[in-house]
Amino acid sequence: MQYEFKGTNVAGFEREVALSVSRSRRDFLRGAAHLALGSAMISASPMVRGESARKKRKVIVVTFGGGARDQETFAPEGQHNIPHMLNELAPQSTFFTHVTNQGILGHYVATASLTTGVYETLNNFSAVPPDHPTIFEYFRKELRRPSSDAWVVAPSNGFNRIGESDCKNFGPGTGATVILPKHLLSAAARGGTANLDHLLRDNYESPLFTPTLSGGEFQIQQLESILRLSVSDFMSHARTLSSPDELSLYIAMRLMQEEAPSLLWITMHDMDVAHSGAYSLYVEGIRRTDRLCGELWKAIQANPEYAGNTTLLILPDFGRDSDLDPGGNGFQHHRTGDIASRTTWMMALGAGVKQSVLYDSPVQSIDLVPTIGAMLGFSATQSNGKPIKELV
Amino acid sequence: MLPSELKLEQFSAYPPQAHALVARNLLVLRVLPLSLAPNLLREVIDYDYKFPAEQMRIDEEFKTLAGLSPSDREEWLRGFASISLSKRIEQFDWVNDPVKFSEQQSAYLWSTHQMDAFRNAANEYYSRLSHAIPKKPLALQRLGISVIGMGVDAYDEPLFQNLKSHGTLFNQLKPDNGLELLLSAVEARAQASPSEYEHWYIDGGTLIRQPQGITCMSYASITPMRSEMLRFMQKEIQTPGMGPEQLRSDMAAMTPQKLGAASSGNQVLDRFQLKVLSEGSGTQIFSTTFVQWTTREVLRRAEPLTLFERYAPRQRQRPMNELLTESGKEEELDPKGSLMDADMGSYYHFINQQRLEGFDKSVFLVWWEGHKSALVVSPTLPRGTTSGSVIDLGELLKVALG
Repeated sequence: MQYEFKGTNVAGFEREVALSVSRSRRDFLRGAAHLALGSAMISASPMVRGESARKKRKVIVVTFGGGARDQETFAPEGQHNIPHMLNELAPQSTFFTHVTNQGILGHYVATASLTTGVYETLNNFSAVPPDHPTIFEYFRKELRRPSSDAWVVAPSNGFNRIGESDCKNFGPGTGATVILPKHLLSAAARGGTANLDHLLRDNYESPLFTPTLSGGEFQIQQLESILRLSVSDFMSHARTLSSPDELSLYIAMRLMQEEAPSLLWITMHDMDVAHSGAYSLYVEGIRRTDRLCGELWKAIQANPEYAGNTTLLILPDFGRDSDLDPGGNGFQHHRTGDIASRTTWMMALGAGVKQSVLYDSPVQSIDLVPTIGAMLGFSATQSNGKPIKELV
Repeated sequence: MLPSELKLEQFSAYPPQAHALVARNLLVLRVLPLSLAPNLLREVIDYDYKFPAEQMRIDEEFKTLAGLSPSDREEWLRGFASISLSKRIEQFDWVNDPVKFSEQQSAYLWSTHQMDAFRNAANEYYSRLSHAIPKKPLALQRLGISVIGMGVDAYDEPLFQNLKSHGTLFNQLKPDNGLELLLSAVEARAQASPSEYEHWYIDGGTLIRQPQGITCMSYASITPMRSEMLRFMQKEIQTPGMGPEQLRSDMAAMTPQKLGAASSGNQVLDRFQLKVLSEGSGTQIFSTTFVQWTTREVLRRAEPLTLFERYAPRQRQRPMNELLTESGKEEELDPKGSLMDADMGSYYHFINQQRLEGFDKSVFLVWWEGHKSALVVSPTLPRGTTSGSVIDLGELLKVALG
């Protein structure tokens, strides 16, 4: 807590932020992407119902991270930063304008909460597994899926334990394999990272956090055996990329091509450079992630294993502090817990999802796991969220 | 330990003025909830190194709390009293390390989902406090000036977007001698109302010149301390078992002496500069962040009458480890990215200025250096309009100040 400014009533700022967030939600996409306001009575498309469809159905989750505000994305003043999502993806999507995150606003703990459907309370900077079963464990156990069917691609080294909990009846060996592309690149380069440093950028908030890897991470030897990719080809391609998130997408697409997992989770993180205080770099990260989401959707459509049977869900892990909150410093951090940092959006498109519909009614980020459970046919028994009825 | 158990001898490590302040207000501290008292001590422990405006605020806070009836006090503090903290946090030595306590408290509040309740309690408390503390008339109407875009000849994206609804856009200005005209105006204000820490000039590069009666900070002048800080951070990074939270704690506990930085002879300013580097994320590596954060902190802490900030190009983004290491090589600059940073930074300058007393009479001017465009927010000028007046920066300032 800091001493606050005394010129203007602090509560007045709070109200202004709340109004601004509420106003921006109403303005989301209207007139830009031609989405119609949906009714709570409308449920998802029945086109992919039935057990046979479920067996083939695939879900890809992209966390549009780390931390993006409305005003740099879907609010009117930010829409020029996201041309791909706005013009190509949104018109095909069911769009939720009001997704709240009531948990801890740290990237690892928030992403862990997204994967478990429970607001986790673990230390954001510790290499510990989530305290509750993850979506990957529910999925594999209940549907008896092999490990090759659930994967996580995450750019930050701190995410290496995100694939599975150590809960009784779940835990080690029952979750997703985690690929940390930056770690993979370092290992492949064996210390010689010349011309690749731009892909190894650390999260500004945790330049120190490089935990010892253990458990279900993807090993360098598996590049060849699973991704059918030689170390030299991997390195050559990496040299053509410009950011860690580009590297993540490259690995994710390779996985889709070689393994075609039914549950794939991709965590983007470039925009978290905002912690350095450089607004232009934060916006550049958003623009890049927008482009990558467009490329991913095209790759889904072009891949016979995915086209027509895949649901893509894109959502930020949370927002960032409001410009007006006196306890924060605007876009730079997500420390205040104000309404702007807790409120964000979600886009769903593809199989089983109505196109061009927009919902203002609030959903929570922990609703994601039970919603995907209902889509794929498993129960997230320990999740505190509820299936989003407009999607199931 | 609970605040009700506080004794004066526990404050023996506090600097002299802080110790005397506690001695005068021990009874007040004893009736505060645990969720508030250490946070107040966080300010008290640095009292000797604070700006006059901050010292006055702390004095007024104690005076206001001491003057509350028991029932009013209960009402004021109800939100804090409802926060529950763990035994482990209670047992922490929060008298001598209130900064670390507040970090631990913050982590605990997040993990127990009490952060919103704490925010509400804090907002309500400071709202009451700001209404209760008598307002002092300002010697001059407050003035903020932001000069952005050094080194950028052409820029495709629109500027001043966040500010345009608040003021008048001038797009036909005479830019000649603009910097000197603005700086001279700032100097004249300092001469008209001379007072320590009331008039500031912050530069993201090198000072244009050393103006009279103005507190100055620049990215160039802070470089020796910045270099020491970068070396310290590198050393910490290489320490086994070091994590980001520990690094943050170690940086917060840093003093100019511990860092080995040369003293300017002004302890208040030395401490302030150190805090800009130790508490401001990114101030160590990007000059644009340095200017934005320093401005924010000067406005928040010193509440100046005049603040002139000038942004300079920052270095290009590189891998974090490289940014944290001084290579000795000439830095490659990113002028256009820096203009975008500065455009946002100037908006934050305006917002932070508006949080201060006299906000309804304050004037704010942002100018694209060397160009014809500026935006002015002033009670004498219309909002959301454009003016084609062909005037220079000095004349513009006179119009803005009425």
